[in-house]
Amino acid sequence: MQSRQIEITVGLFILLGIVALSFLAIQVSGLSFADARRDTYALSAQFNTVAGLTPRAKVMVAGVAVGHVRAIHIDPITVRAVVEMAIDKDVDYLTTDSIASIKTAGVLGEQYVSIAVGGAPDILKAGDTIKDTQSAMILEDLISKFATSFTDKK
Amino acid sequence: MAANWIEIRDLSFKRGSRAILDSLDIDIPQGRITAILGPSGCGKTTLLRLIGSQLRPTSGSIHIDGVDITRLNRRELFVSRERVGMLFQSGALFTDLSVYENVAFPLRLHTQLPEGMIHDLVLMKLHAVGLRGARDLMPAELSGGMARRAALARAIILDPELIMYDEPFVGQDPIFAGVLRDLIRRINQAMGCTCIIVSHDIAETVAISDYMYVLANGRIIGQGTPDAVMKSDDARVQQFLRGLPDGPVPFHYPAPDYRRDMLLEGE
Amino acid sequence: MLGFLQRLGRSGLDTAAAFGRAGILLWQALWGPMDWRDGPALLFRQLYFVGVFSLIIIVVSGVLIGMVLALQGYTVLVRFGAESALGEMVSLTLLRELGPVVAALLFAGRAGSALTAEIGLMKATEQLAAMDMIGVDPLRRVARPRLWAGIISMPILAQVFNMVAILGAVAVGVSWLDVDAGSFWSNMQGTVDFREDVLNGVIKAFAFGIVVTWIAVFEGFDAEPTPEGISTATTRTVVYSSLAVLAMDFLLTALMFGVD
Repeated sequence: MQSRQIEITVGLFILLGIVALSFLAIQVSGLSFADARRDTYALSAQFNTVAGLTPRAKVMVAGVAVGHVRAIHIDPITVRAVVEMAIDKDVDYLTTDSIASIKTAGVLGEQYVSIAVGGAPDILKAGDTIKDTQSAMILEDLISKFATSFTDKK
Repeated sequence: MAANWIEIRDLSFKRGSRAILDSLDIDIPQGRITAILGPSGCGKTTLLRLIGSQLRPTSGSIHIDGVDITRLNRRELFVSRERVGMLFQSGALFTDLSVYENVAFPLRLHTQLPEGMIHDLVLMKLHAVGLRGARDLMPAELSGGMARRAALARAIILDPELIMYDEPFVGQDPIFAGVLRDLIRRINQAMGCTCIIVSHDIAETVAISDYMYVLANGRIIGQGTPDAVMKSDDARVQQFLRGLPDGPVPFHYPAPDYRRDMLLEGE
Repeated sequence: MLGFLQRLGRSGLDTAAAFGRAGILLWQALWGPMDWRDGPALLFRQLYFVGVFSLIIIVVSGVLIGMVLALQGYTVLVRFGAESALGEMVSLTLLRELGPVVAALLFAGRAGSALTAEIGLMKATEQLAAMDMIGVDPLRRVARPRLWAGIISMPILAQVFNMVAILGAVAVGVSWLDVDAGSFWSNMQGTVDFREDVLNGVIKAFAFGIVVTWIAVFEGFDAEPTPEGISTATTRTVVYSSLAVLAMDFLLTALMFGVD
């Protein structure tokens, strides 16, 4: 057995390992080096409830992803959930009267932040807060509301 | 008689509660061939392992060239083993190296010689055992006799002061046994090294050894020059040397009385 | 009753002694100065035998398991109209659990048993004793490169397993069952986290590599130098390392993904 041949084969083996890991990193987990460096700016929004929204969830405008949720925490004064988002730099058309809402993809799908752009003349800048928000729809609340209104009518 | 190269005093080795070697006293003279004979399972190989310090004795001392090897630490042992060559029963060639690399192995490990000199030394030793043409073969391609010769070349590559042979004649055809006997004799004379042969092959061993010890059940039952041992009147020695089926070493494994045993079984 | 207690105590002591010997072996094999002259060549050789030789079984099993996962997952998900989550389901199952565990079990069967048999045979043919006599520590020359080769190979094999299994799932899910390729990949990328899922899987594989090779090398060194001894030791390697992998998997899963 030639040691040169062994070394080349082992080199290919290790290379295959690196290829596999890169495949898992880029194609499977969606880790993109371009993504990490792409410029974003921060926006935040306060919601009454975010029920089920998680960091890394998508931020969409008209169904197109324009950023992601970076962190979620509670504002101790208002006791509302603060959602911090990173929005792509080239998305510079979010007006000050935009409405942020938490929606669900499909009935059981994952939750995302949807931003509906309004018609105000001013544009949101980095660090601004979206004031107009619509909280997550909670299925149980919806059902009980429906049930009570149904009984009221009777 | 030459000075003693190895002096073993009151050496005992126990495995669990069973004594394999029981207070042995052995002197091995320098530059001679000393044979340790004995039936299978009498502790011969254990004795070699003790001299090679692969095992630690339960008690007693082994002085090699004035140094008590039972007191050396691990690193000192590895250094002291440069001066010892050993031919294992199965040859013990490294299966992943060619014959040439096997023989060169101790040189590469213990010396910083240039490749050209290693090449010359290895070919010299391979030539001495008649395997110069087999240098590129792998151990798996060798016959048993050739493997043992290659192993012998490896054992003598560092010109050791002590060579130990573990059952060198076992399983060899008469031609090869003759070749090996001749080699052992020639190596001993050419290099002036001390040799220990452990064997139960009486004829071959008597023919080349200068001094003999006969071992049975972990004790020495006879010693002397081959002639003296052959003429010994000790019943145990005679039984072993002549291969008598019954004697002090009983033919029967210890058992209750035969007749009683049969009658009891029959009832 | 006393006899039972005695047997229990004896087996307990024997187990403790075996653990002690195994610990000493690992310590002596991995500790100490690196041998720069022969070390790399020995390591490459073992990487070849331990890693490259296990590649075929890993790739074939990976593709098959990925295909089965996709098929099974599809039949369940399609009832909820959620077949677009197929990629997510398959990749999370593989990266977190099946990839490292199945690859480690295959590795124990393929490379672990071979290591034990090889070392046991070296012991039986007195090669280890010969090394000792020549002045080479068998733990350094035999155990060390094999341990490192196993520790290095296992994460590579597990990642290759994951990759081909996901590709197998793509073949079944996207090409055959007509799951939309775009939602397959984007759902996967949306849920799989590099650090949380991929790197934790690598850490698992690394831990399994240490355990499996350690058991295999130890059993080889500890084997009775007889044909029966070697075959018993080989069996023990596969059984013990499989159990150790599954037990460790539970512990690591609890640590990594556990509810805290």
